[in-house]
Amino acid sequence: MIDPRASIFGERLAKTGRVVAVSSGKGGVGKSMVATALALGLARQGFRVGLFDVDFTGPSTHIILGVSQDVQPKEDRGLVPAKVEGLCYMSLVYFIGNRPAPLRGVDVSNALIELLAVTQWGKLDFLIVDMPPGIGDAVLDLVRLVKKIEFLIITTPSLLAFEVVKKQAALLEELGMPIIGVVENMKQDNNSRVIEEQTKQLGLRYLSAVAFDPNIEKAIGDPAKLLDTALGEPIANLAKVLLGNKM
Amino acid sequence: MHEWALAESILVSAQQIAEQEHLVSVSEVTIRVGELQQVEPPILRFALKQMRQGLLLGAKFRILKAKTTLKCRVCGATWLYSAKKLDKATAEAIHFVPEVAHSYIKCPKCGSPDFEIVNGRGVWLEDIKGVKRSD
Repeated sequence: MIDPRASIFGERLAKTGRVVAVSSGKGGVGKSMVATALALGLARQGFRVGLFDVDFTGPSTHIILGVSQDVQPKEDRGLVPAKVEGLCYMSLVYFIGNRPAPLRGVDVSNALIELLAVTQWGKLDFLIVDMPPGIGDAVLDLVRLVKKIEFLIITTPSLLAFEVVKKQAALLEELGMPIIGVVENMKQDNNSRVIEEQTKQLGLRYLSAVAFDPNIEKAIGDPAKLLDTALGEPIANLAKVLLGNKM
Repeated sequence: MHEWALAESILVSAQQIAEQEHLVSVSEVTIRVGELQQVEPPILRFALKQMRQGLLLGAKFRILKAKTTLKCRVCGATWLYSAKKLDKATAEAIHFVPEVAHSYIKCPKCGSPDFEIVNGRGVWLEDIKGVKRSD
């Protein structure tokens, strides 16, 4: 008995330039916000961008983007992601709405494999993947199944969050996965260089700091405003890093 | 049609296996479809026939169905899945991603959504028959 689905991944992502997994050690660091803003920022620059929410048990990019419940992927020899704010958008919420998805590891893997097998992304310059926090099933599966994946790590200034980033970076390096760099999100003390220094000690690039912005909550559900928050400038810099430094 | 995407993966996978097994042609491919995903065998067969190529050009496609057994991880109850009790939208959601069954189905005994899909989940390639290279 052979599961045929994995054999088609190469074909499904053949026309995708780069696959960037936006990940974090811990939850609540603003990973989905950065992933969505990055996808929007790249799309506004004229790139063809996909956003894939793989945080199946805690999806939130649909809320950030303000995706209405009647938006659905189109059936055409698989599933063609709906266009949301110029992004090819795929999420499990199309199929579960507001219901919880109590999935164990094997179910997360199977759902991920299914969506990778049936989603017709078409031609993309970037596929931004909003990962679940940590180094569990989704990370291990994507590393195993998507050969050209690269990781962008999001942390807060908290040493607790960064401690898990260290573990994540160690694992990804052990697996030979490219790490684009680290973004420090929700920074409140502009003078602190702790995370920057520790990132460099790990041999990783410290890409940018995103200042804590209380107004960011007001941009949730209103993507036009998202790049006018403190995320705007760091995201523009991130886009430059992605465009200038092909890994 | 979702079946077309699955058919494409079956054909790519079967071609790869045939090459590994040093087959010069494939005569029959046996596919097992689990009830949970509600794949339509006539659509799947049509898609397979339309897209087949290479070693699979002359292949027959045998599509077998499998019942879906679910087992509650909390109370241990085992039951057979039936799409008949579900509304169309729910059945369609499960058709696209069978794991979303956990968002809609509960254990009939204790009401928990924490169950295992023991068998009959999706599409499996069960057997490939063909002619081997003579050397």
